[in-house]
Amino acid sequence: MQPLTDSEVYELTARANAIRQTIIEMLVAAGSGHTAGPLGMADIFTALYFNVLKHDPQNPDWEERDRLILSNGHIVPVRYAAMAHAGYFPIEECLTLRKFGSRLQGHPERLRLPGMETTSGPLGSGLSQAAGMAYALRMDGKQNRIYCAMSDGEHDAGNIWEAAMWAGANKLYNLTGIIDRNNIQIDGYTESIMPLEPLREKYESFGWHVLEIDGHNIPQFIAACDEAKAIYEKPTVIIAHTIPGKGIREIERDYRWHGKPPSKEEAQTFLHELRTMQGKVTSEHQ
Amino acid sequence: MLNPDLHLKENMFDAPEQSPTRDGFGHGLIEAAMADSRVVALCADLTESTRVEGFKKQFPERYIEVGVAEQNLATLGAGFAAAGKIPFITSYAAFNPGRNNEQIRTTISLNRVPVKVCGMHAGISVGPDGATHQALEDMALMRVQPHMTVISPCDAEEARKATIAAAQWDGPVYLRFGREKTPLMTTTETPFEIGKAQVFLTADNPQAVIFATGPLLHNAMLAAKQMGDEGVGVHVVNVATIKPLDRETIQAQARLAGAVVTVEEHQIAGGLGSAIAEVLAQEHPVPIEFIGVHDQFGQSGEPKELIEHYHMGVSHIKDAIRKVISRKAAH
Repeated sequence: MQPLTDSEVYELTARANAIRQTIIEMLVAAGSGHTAGPLGMADIFTALYFNVLKHDPQNPDWEERDRLILSNGHIVPVRYAAMAHAGYFPIEECLTLRKFGSRLQGHPERLRLPGMETTSGPLGSGLSQAAGMAYALRMDGKQNRIYCAMSDGEHDAGNIWEAAMWAGANKLYNLTGIIDRNNIQIDGYTESIMPLEPLREKYESFGWHVLEIDGHNIPQFIAACDEAKAIYEKPTVIIAHTIPGKGIREIERDYRWHGKPPSKEEAQTFLHELRTMQGKVTSEHQ
Repeated sequence: MLNPDLHLKENMFDAPEQSPTRDGFGHGLIEAAMADSRVVALCADLTESTRVEGFKKQFPERYIEVGVAEQNLATLGAGFAAAGKIPFITSYAAFNPGRNNEQIRTTISLNRVPVKVCGMHAGISVGPDGATHQALEDMALMRVQPHMTVISPCDAEEARKATIAAAQWDGPVYLRFGREKTPLMTTTETPFEIGKAQVFLTADNPQAVIFATGPLLHNAMLAAKQMGDEGVGVHVVNVATIKPLDRETIQAQARLAGAVVTVEEHQIAGGLGSAIAEVLAQEHPVPIEFIGVHDQFGQSGEPKELIEHYHMGVSHIKDAIRKVISRKAAH
């Protein structure tokens, strides 16, 4: 793969900013939902939908597509926003999040939205489904890659480790896990609720190739996904160190923003902050 | 008399051949796999006792070992199905769908992927293993999940056909199998269709009808036959599909007989009896007696002594028939 040009990096960064704005707008309209996680994963989802994934928004069931499994369904606003920006559906539809009759359920449902590979929300079950798909597609000699986005907190669940053990044992080279290592969960910081460290060594001992990156450095994430493609004997997990609430200084790193949306007033401040790139730009773009 | 259209085993009352329903599953799985290359089987470290062994020998590349991890079993199955396979996920019913119930709910039923959940060693008749391994609530767990079809075959031959039918069914299915050898009542000629209840035994002027599911149907047949000899006509209906229930046959039989006994090796709450009562309360209320386990856990023992202890024996079914007929008279 060619390294990204400066203008490509600029484009992706600007897109991530726009996706963060969409996330704030949809959460305010919904009146409930999670804020910190979606903002923290905005750079990675932008990179996935606008660079890494082989996919076709006009043909969501395209057989040759890469599969993106979202295991921690509660951060789905970032996926909805990224999908809308990528052209799966109109960006305005994001404002129907969590509303009656919407395709954008509070937690994602496979049967409701084309392009949503699995239903998720109950934590810990995404990696197994991704591993099952990876094995099945490998059986058929397919080249598709399977990506599974997970939270760090859901690594408390046994189902994740059952999947990690199984994927390692089966050398699923076409599977790439992505862990949002933001160190928070609902009740507090992960290391005080249920310590996960040493996370790298845990995965390595289960037979995985492990990469650690800055989850807000888009070129670094893309390079990690490329490296994973070159590993033939093991599944790869990318531990992406992220800042929950990234992009909005008032809420960054604050676990209390895990499970609540901004108020209308807060949203105005947050959107201003995003549009001015945290005060770096004086003329606010809408 | 035995329904002649169903080509049932004439010797079932006297000296029936015996075979476990899980054996029928094992044969059916191989046939399903021969017919459709998408069929794969996953097993949680119980290849021999789930009877997946034969499949594994014949289709090693389509057999997937999961280890003792039933949550992973279900969720891997969901992934295989989403990628175009028809996975049979197999373990004991106490763990599959017992332990992995939420995983089945979210990743199989709500996802609506064609995973076939196979619960072995179901019911009290797994015997000496004791209460932990005697799944008595599995049909209830599966029946309440939208999109899920629930099948409980009465003998090994029906189990074979049900397995083949499940592979062809477009959606998630729960299949319930027993460990013990139980009497063969059906033959290769007996038709099988998901969602169809079958009237196995008829009588002139029936005074009650038994709706039974699983191998315990044989006790129902014996009880009805003996009642017939005593001059009390009783119909017996094999309800192999618990969901979707054959409402038409159930209503018609209840109208004809006016009194109902349900028979299942399962908790009364949530199983076949509950399903029948729901239909009849709405469509045609008649007195009903329920044979099954009444809100208790099982214990170690020989299958036959457990069936007797928990009041699912032939004499208990006959008592229930007499009682339900007397209630009808008092009605």
